[in-house]
Amino acid sequence: MTLARRIIPCLDVDGARVVKGVNFVGLRDAGDPAELAARYDEEGADELVVLDIAASRDQRPTFLETIRRVAEQLAIPLTAGGGIRTLEDARAVVQAGADKVTINTSAVERPELISELSREFGAQAVVLAIDSKREGAHWDVRVRGGRDSAKLDTLEWAKRGVEAGAGELLLTSMDKDGTQSGFDVPLTAAISSEVSVPVIASGGAKLPEHFAEIFGAGKADAALAASIFHDSIQSIRELKKFLQNQNIQVRLSC
Amino acid sequence: MNVAIIDYGAGNVPSVERALQKLGATTERVNTTEKLKAAKAIVLPGVGHYAALIRALDERGLREPLVEALLRGKPFLGICLGLQALYQSSEEAPELAGLGIFPGRVCALPSNVKLPHMGWNRLKVQRRSALLEGLSNEDYFYFAHSFAAQAADGETAAACDYGAEFAAVLCVDKLCAVQFHPEKSGSAGAKLLGNFLRMVA
Repeated sequence: MTLARRIIPCLDVDGARVVKGVNFVGLRDAGDPAELAARYDEEGADELVVLDIAASRDQRPTFLETIRRVAEQLAIPLTAGGGIRTLEDARAVVQAGADKVTINTSAVERPELISELSREFGAQAVVLAIDSKREGAHWDVRVRGGRDSAKLDTLEWAKRGVEAGAGELLLTSMDKDGTQSGFDVPLTAAISSEVSVPVIASGGAKLPEHFAEIFGAGKADAALAASIFHDSIQSIRELKKFLQNQNIQVRLSC
Repeated sequence: MNVAIIDYGAGNVPSVERALQKLGATTERVNTTEKLKAAKAIVLPGVGHYAALIRALDERGLREPLVEALLRGKPFLGICLGLQALYQSSEEAPELAGLGIFPGRVCALPSNVKLPHMGWNRLKVQRRSALLEGLSNEDYFYFAHSFAAQAADGETAAACDYGAEFAAVLCVDKLCAVQFHPEKSGSAGAKLLGNFLRMVA
């Protein structure tokens, strides 16, 4: 098996601008999405994720325009999400240029949405995003930007999602998100070893060692990060060189 | 040069179009027999379910002109499902007949690996081909599929290994097909598309 581990920058978008902040608090402008997309493609990102953090109906046309502008810059796959509640919402995002759509709260509220999207676009185009938080002995699924408990166990929900037709999981640790103290290795390993689809780990990245750890002990197929790339704390090319030196297979473009 | 992209509503038509245009090609989305016949080269993109592609070709009456163009040796590039459609059938929709250009059936990848096969993988080049000019076993391409065709001596220019070995690149004269997405495969993908355009020219 020679499948490379993927590095995926994430753009949190509020309308037409990339924003960032810890746990949705204190958002500040981090640049133009199309410019950042072009930079990450050039630096060797393996995919790009664009999330509409406001996800309001009014802002929808602006977000779709952002997807179009970003897609034009890319020669790598693009995943888009935020506020997708129906098949029609997803279709608009795909038609704007996204290769995959990601759904989160809306899938918890109406799990059939996963199957509907999977039938229409294929499992490879459906990324089930799960926000997860440790609660005693298990990991609780959180919804609405992490504010509320979905009263679901993360592993059970992950398995149900895959059964329903999700082709990939985007697993965010609410305990690690924004801490820059490393990915959630136990959570990611627990989920990744139990599901049959690729798992993207998210939340907590800062150092190259964090990525090596999540690909090793964490069994992640891909790793996602935002602010460390936006702030140039970590260059994607340097990160990949580091991983290659650790004997972790990555795609290094010349 | 005019490249016809068969448009049956597949998600990756715009990105295939953009990738070819960046390389200087003039493209046209086609879904009629007349336009297919007039095309200098044909690209069949595809992503999603095998049945959606085969049904769309049949509903639009495109099966016959497409098979005819392929048998006449018109330059052709099938992408992902566009490769799988060339075989006799697929396990994904056993009731539907494929285009039958190549013998055999497209099968599910083994379940001892994570599926879909999603991400960047390398090729095992089996023989020289114009489509892979300047590319090697070191280059990565983006795959997103759960079904694949068996590598065979005749048509397979490169295989890929994921759970099992499967056909990644087909090339017989100007009939080409790839299981991965060159339009999403960065500079290596652009190089392959450029090679195809040179075959057309």
